Amino acid sequence: MNKNAIVVNNLSKQFGQFKAVDDISFEVAKGEIFGFLGANGAGKTTAMKMLCGLSMPTSGQASVAGFDVYKENESIKKNIGYMSQKFSLYEDLTVRENIKFYAGIYGIAPQKIKEKTNQLLQQLVLEKEADMLVSQLPLGWKQKLAFSVAIFHEPQIVFLDEPTGGVDPITRREFWNLIYDAAANGITIFVTTHYMDEAEYCNRVSIMVDGKIEALDSPGNLKKTFNAKSMDEVFLHLARKAKRIE
Amino acid sequence: MQKVWMRFFFIWLEKQKELNSMKQFYHFIVKEFYHIFRDRKTLFILLGMPMVQIIIFGFALTNEVKNTRIVIVNQSTSATAMKLVEKIESSAYFELYSQTKDPSIIDQLFKKGTVKVALIIPHDFAPALIAQNKGQLQIITDATDPNVATALTNYLSVIIQDFQKDLNPNNIIPYKMEVDTRMMYNPQLKGAYNFVPGVMAMVLLLVCTMMTALTVVKEKELGNMEILLTSPINPIKIILAKAVPYLLLSIINITTILLLSYFVLDVPINGSLVLLYAESALFIMVSLGLGLLISAGTDSQQSAMFISLIVMFLPTVMFSGFIFPIENMPLPLRIVSNIIPAKWFFIIVKSVMIKGVGIQLVWKETLILFMMMIFFFTMAIKKFKIRLA
Amino acid sequence: MSPLRYILEKEFKQIFRNPAILKVIFIMPVIQLIMLPMAADYEIKNINIAVIDRDHSAVSNQLVQKITASNYFKLVSYDNDFDAAMESIENDKADLILEIPKNFEVNLYNEKESKLFLAVNAINGVKANLGAAYLTNIVQAYNSDFRIETLTPVRFNEIPIIEISSSNWYNPKMNYKIFMVPGILVLLITIVGMNLSSINIVREKEMGTIEQINVTPIKKAHFILGKLIPFWVIGIVVISVGFLIAWLVYGIIPLGSYFTLYVFAAIYLMVILGIGLLISSYSENQQQAMLVTFFIMMIFVLMGGLYTSIDSMPIWARWFTRLNPISYFIEVMRMVVLKGSRINDIAPQLLIMVIYAIFINTWAVLSYHKRS
Repeated sequence: MNKNAIVVNNLSKQFGQFKAVDDISFEVAKGEIFGFLGANGAGKTTAMKMLCGLSMPTSGQASVAGFDVYKENESIKKNIGYMSQKFSLYEDLTVRENIKFYAGIYGIAPQKIKEKTNQLLQQLVLEKEADMLVSQLPLGWKQKLAFSVAIFHEPQIVFLDEPTGGVDPITRREFWNLIYDAAANGITIFVTTHYMDEAEYCNRVSIMVDGKIEALDSPGNLKKTFNAKSMDEVFLHLARKAKRIE
Repeated sequence: MQKVWMRFFFIWLEKQKELNSMKQFYHFIVKEFYHIFRDRKTLFILLGMPMVQIIIFGFALTNEVKNTRIVIVNQSTSATAMKLVEKIESSAYFELYSQTKDPSIIDQLFKKGTVKVALIIPHDFAPALIAQNKGQLQIITDATDPNVATALTNYLSVIIQDFQKDLNPNNIIPYKMEVDTRMMYNPQLKGAYNFVPGVMAMVLLLVCTMMTALTVVKEKELGNMEILLTSPINPIKIILAKAVPYLLLSIINITTILLLSYFVLDVPINGSLVLLYAESALFIMVSLGLGLLISAGTDSQQSAMFISLIVMFLPTVMFSGFIFPIENMPLPLRIVSNIIPAKWFFIIVKSVMIKGVGIQLVWKETLILFMMMIFFFTMAIKKFKIRLA
Repeated sequence: MSPLRYILEKEFKQIFRNPAILKVIFIMPVIQLIMLPMAADYEIKNINIAVIDRDHSAVSNQLVQKITASNYFKLVSYDNDFDAAMESIENDKADLILEIPKNFEVNLYNEKESKLFLAVNAINGVKANLGAAYLTNIVQAYNSDFRIETLTPVRFNEIPIIEISSSNWYNPKMNYKIFMVPGILVLLITIVGMNLSSINIVREKEMGTIEQINVTPIKKAHFILGKLIPFWVIGIVVISVGFLIAWLVYGIIPLGSYFTLYVFAAIYLMVILGIGLLISSYSENQQQAMLVTFFIMMIFVLMGGLYTSIDSMPIWARWFTRLNPISYFIEVMRMVVLKGSRINDIAPQLLIMVIYAIFINTWAVLSYHKRS
């Protein structure tokens, strides 16, 4: 058995003349919390979409959960969870209905859906709001719910694309507690973020600049290498080189 | 002295503010233009729509009878009957589908829909014509479409009457009243004279009302409205800026329609072009106002579309007088038709473009449209203000 | 349990939570079916006529009486002034002017032939043509009465006359409502079906939810079916409401069977919804989808044979109508409702629709890409 959840070799994505992702390679170990950092427009989301089977790579190889991204993208989908930057639950469905819908299309048995839903609602303290439309929830709650829905079917890996954008620090803290819980249950976490304090929570981080990975190590090692006090400094040091601006 | 200076200063300040806000307004309009020109598909359809409409209406939609299949149940073996069949066959209107003796075929063919008209020539047709100077024929039509049925009966009767004249060419009918008919404005009875004004009304409404309503509501749906409304510029201006590009597009569309109808369909422009454009501009403003009003009252693009469809498109097709004659409608509907802007615009365009009359004969309709414009804009602004407050 | 069940459950919930859709389902049919047939009366009647009588003779009087006694004409003015009559045409008060010249009666007796002048506002060609034809018919009828009265009666006609009798099958009273209502019913389910389906997928694109769906192992066909079936059910409900209104308001009961109509409608709806989904999956935003739908629908409706008969279209247009699903359903609807055609009568149309439905929906499934 491969002990890596994600293996990427020389992966690229080109839109016309524009190289959104330029020849990146890395590995993510099982059970790891992997931070995927980069400025806006550095190519993080594009790279992530290729790994999730939402976007076709131009060249290079990659495997996710042991499946090839070119041919076995539908098999990958059974083994991953995904939470996009844009809030993606149905606003005109209730909390319970959203959970039921997503669980249902992953083929979870109805009895199990019911049990797990109640458990989840309890855990998120959303029991009272279970039958409210999602549009009526505050943003922070929506994000937590979206994450819970993304890992409801117990995937091997979950991809989070800037999951805490626009959320207050307390909710962000709570959100990261959910991530730790998931990691403790053996789920590999692949997360992009803008917040450098969040980068500190990761086992390892990579920093992308202009479609390329410029650095990849644990936060502690990165700070040592770049002789910096915080991840902020590391990031600024690397991101300043960027030529692309969004 | 100081007071006078102060006053001047304030007046100057106000002027500057105005200029500034004009500039902002201009930038907003430019931004809206970018949106529209980026979306090539939409732009393509908006500009191509009038052309396709003109072509369909101009060439495909006619009520003329031409090469219609006819079945003749000929039970007579006489030479006269044969001559009649030949006469019908050689006309441009009919094409002989089959000739039999068995009348039951009519029902079969009608039910299949292959033939819509039948002529029965009874076995005693020729003998009766000779013995009593009186022959009888029967026309049977499939009247599921009454218009077609009437037209077919008329055309076939004309051919038969003509045939009757052929039978005795030297005959002079006494005491004859002759009707000398003159078709005014449209001697060739072209359909285009009627539908070009109708297409103008439809296209303008679609572009102005529906597109404006959708653009404004889209901003609401995406949550951008709050951001725009909190910017220092007057929210009414932001909304108006969204309507301006559609005004320009509409003027392009009118020009396309007029050019196509003049050069391709040979529809004359008998009246003043300036007046025609001015009236169109007025109607565009009415439609924009209606679009803004719809957008003020709805929250999703879906509802905006359905409301546009229900309050704008259907009534326009029904009540503008361009497809269905208003004078045939029952009184309540005739009254309702008065609140449909397209009805008035249709009358104005017909009068100005084809009859070539001046403003003195259409000032009433113009005034009505003007009042409608003021009404829609006031209502729309009022509604937006309530929401903003 | 199949994922399809969950997709359907979700779609139905979303539909019934959207007030706009509910309005469409229940208000549109009522408005359309009640208002349109009343408005959509093409029968030319109430033609406004201005008569300029310069003769003021017994004959001219009788002729005017005959004209006003018919159902077709409404006398709006009767005097000697040509300019006033012209003006009434210019401001749309009159549709035609009949001028009876001076000495009309005298000429008729002396020269045995006398002229009448008719001027018609011909902007609306169809109306002008029919108006002139009606008036000519009235004049001719009066003419022959006059001739019979004036001539000494004869036992036999001196000249051979062909008498034409005509009968109108399936709709002997030439009722326009019977003709329009089935056609409008077709338009109705087309408009509802195509609009609802065409903005559906693109709406998920705009909202961002489509990405979340694409990252699940959902099957493409399931996704498309999940969208198709709810709208199909709505379409069937709408057409049933339509049949009910047609029966309650207009007393229209199909001569053929409802079964035949439902079979055809079921397949027809698959075609229409498939076209809608196809538009949706090719569009980038709702606005675009709506505009494209509107554009296609407009062409389909105008060339569907409801407003003008397909037989009188030029050949290229007739070829085009073979691609137009609306024209098939309008044809079938009229055949079944008015002529009582049975399922084997409409078999060719049905077959074409089945092929169409398979083609369009396969395309729709193929055009939906989970990966860009």
